[in-house]
Amino acid sequence: MIYVLFALIIWVAGWGLNTVIANGRGANTSAARISVPILFGLTVVLMWEVLVRGLNVPPVILPAPTAILAAFKANTAVLWGDFQQTFLKGALAGYLIGCGSAFLVAIIVDRYDFLRRGLLPVGNFVAALPIVGTAPILVMWFGFDWQSKAAVVVVMVFFPMLVNTVAGLRDTSVMQRDLMRTYGASYMQTLLKLRIPAAMPFIFNGLKIATTLALIGAIVAEFFGSPVKGMGFRISTSVGQLALDMVWAEIVVAAIAGSLFYGLIAKIEAWVTFWHPSQRKH
Amino acid sequence: MTKAGPILTVVLAIIALWYVACVPMNVQETLTAAERAGVAVSPEGARERAEMGRFALMAQNSGVLGGSWSVDRARLPAPHQIVAELWNSTWNEEVYGRRGLVKSGSLSNKSLIYHGWITLSATVLGFAIGAGLGVLLAVGIVHSKTMDMSVMPWAIVSQTIPIVALAPMIIVVLYSFGIQGLIPKAVISAYLSFFPVVVGMVKGLRSPDAMQLDLLRTYNASKSQTFWMLRLPSSVPYLFTSLKVGIAASLVGAIVGELPVQRGGLGARMLGGSYYGQTEQIWAALFFAAAMAALLVALIGWIEGKTLKRMGVQA
Repeated sequence: MIYVLFALIIWVAGWGLNTVIANGRGANTSAARISVPILFGLTVVLMWEVLVRGLNVPPVILPAPTAILAAFKANTAVLWGDFQQTFLKGALAGYLIGCGSAFLVAIIVDRYDFLRRGLLPVGNFVAALPIVGTAPILVMWFGFDWQSKAAVVVVMVFFPMLVNTVAGLRDTSVMQRDLMRTYGASYMQTLLKLRIPAAMPFIFNGLKIATTLALIGAIVAEFFGSPVKGMGFRISTSVGQLALDMVWAEIVVAAIAGSLFYGLIAKIEAWVTFWHPSQRKH
Repeated sequence: MTKAGPILTVVLAIIALWYVACVPMNVQETLTAAERAGVAVSPEGARERAEMGRFALMAQNSGVLGGSWSVDRARLPAPHQIVAELWNSTWNEEVYGRRGLVKSGSLSNKSLIYHGWITLSATVLGFAIGAGLGVLLAVGIVHSKTMDMSVMPWAIVSQTIPIVALAPMIIVVLYSFGIQGLIPKAVISAYLSFFPVVVGMVKGLRSPDAMQLDLLRTYNASKSQTFWMLRLPSSVPYLFTSLKVGIAASLVGAIVGELPVQRGGLGARMLGGSYYGQTEQIWAALFFAAAMAALLVALIGWIEGKTLKRMGVQA
């Protein structure tokens, strides 16, 4: 019981501190903005640790954060190999192929109005479907290695990217297009100098959605069959061995990879679309 | 007609492409089947053919390629085979099957309706929990600055994390507590639909602009009056948009949640099909899941239309 009380004290202390910071004078400074969520995260992790240790929760149900950290440190080589297999090979290759081909198809679709009216509703429809379900089929076609994972990722990212890019290419005003026409600009010049730059916020929106989908696709596809490495493989086999500290370590890797990938795309977005209102610094 | 025409053309083109693709995809299986039926095939023997390119085989055996669209366990089943499988595993199984609804009084465990129902119940239960908690958290975030600053960044970051990876572990952990069946899958579904709803709902509750909030302040409206009369109504369009995302995510969660435990459901059906090479079964389950997703999203869209109309929003 004493540990529950202890955890409660940690919670009250952490939350209280956050309340003071959040409602204090310096609440709008960037230091407060960063420190409050970190404090909250630390509070939760600390409570987790205290409760797991104090209540003797068996590690096959919930390992303590320190145990996860230990598993992470002890297995860095394995985790790195899994990361390479799933992220660098499967997810990244699929992401590049899927987003690249969707971009090219979007330009063709945009050129022909008939295609746009036909393909866009179909694309919107497909984007809402549980596409991870294609994983068993694609694993059957492309084998167990990373190629099949890349294929799943291609299918998953293609339609969201297509729909966003097509929407972006239409996001120019009549005035802007008229100006290009008075300059005597050709289709290619209008496309390269006006419409693709104007579409960039939409394109990056699609790219950002696709980062998460790529990781999900690569990991779930491994549940359907994989060589003896990869994050999805490790998760499903470690769950079978009840080595939950390893599962959590793998999830930590996935979380870091996912947020870094997203962060990287967001950074590139800020650099490319510096002119857009949403990127302006106040 | 002007709207349906292009869509119909695209769909027909996809189906036509599919039929064409069946020929090279299934050439090995087609030739093996033809050889077994006693038709001369060059070269003889499946092993020799396995080393040859698909298109070389097609060129040498153009006479027997008509079988490409009726091979059993094809690498790529033709659309009509999938439709037939869908029909067999729904209507035929339930009406004529020994274990079907008509003869045994309960849904057959070989039918997609049975598996679809398992998945659907987990999806809907999980979605209801996830969306409900999501709305509650959003209300908390809008009213408490502490909560906003502590929780909101995590809610946003969590959207960039492949949460699905947690699914097998949640199943096993809940199993060790003696909880199995519907609940673990619903937990995964709830978890997946939770964060999109939180983020969308917070955006929605914050959507009234300063002018509207100022007006209510001049009326001396209380916090709860502001919430019920301004914030909640103006959040409705945002809520429905995120509900649509949420229910699609819930369905994915339920399907993935069915992979580790082979106890029925569309996910189990897909994995079973991939173990035994029953490609038609996988495709049928996939199309069934797709139809379910489309129906669920359409249902929410319909409710959205009705609600917004009642609220007097011009659609």
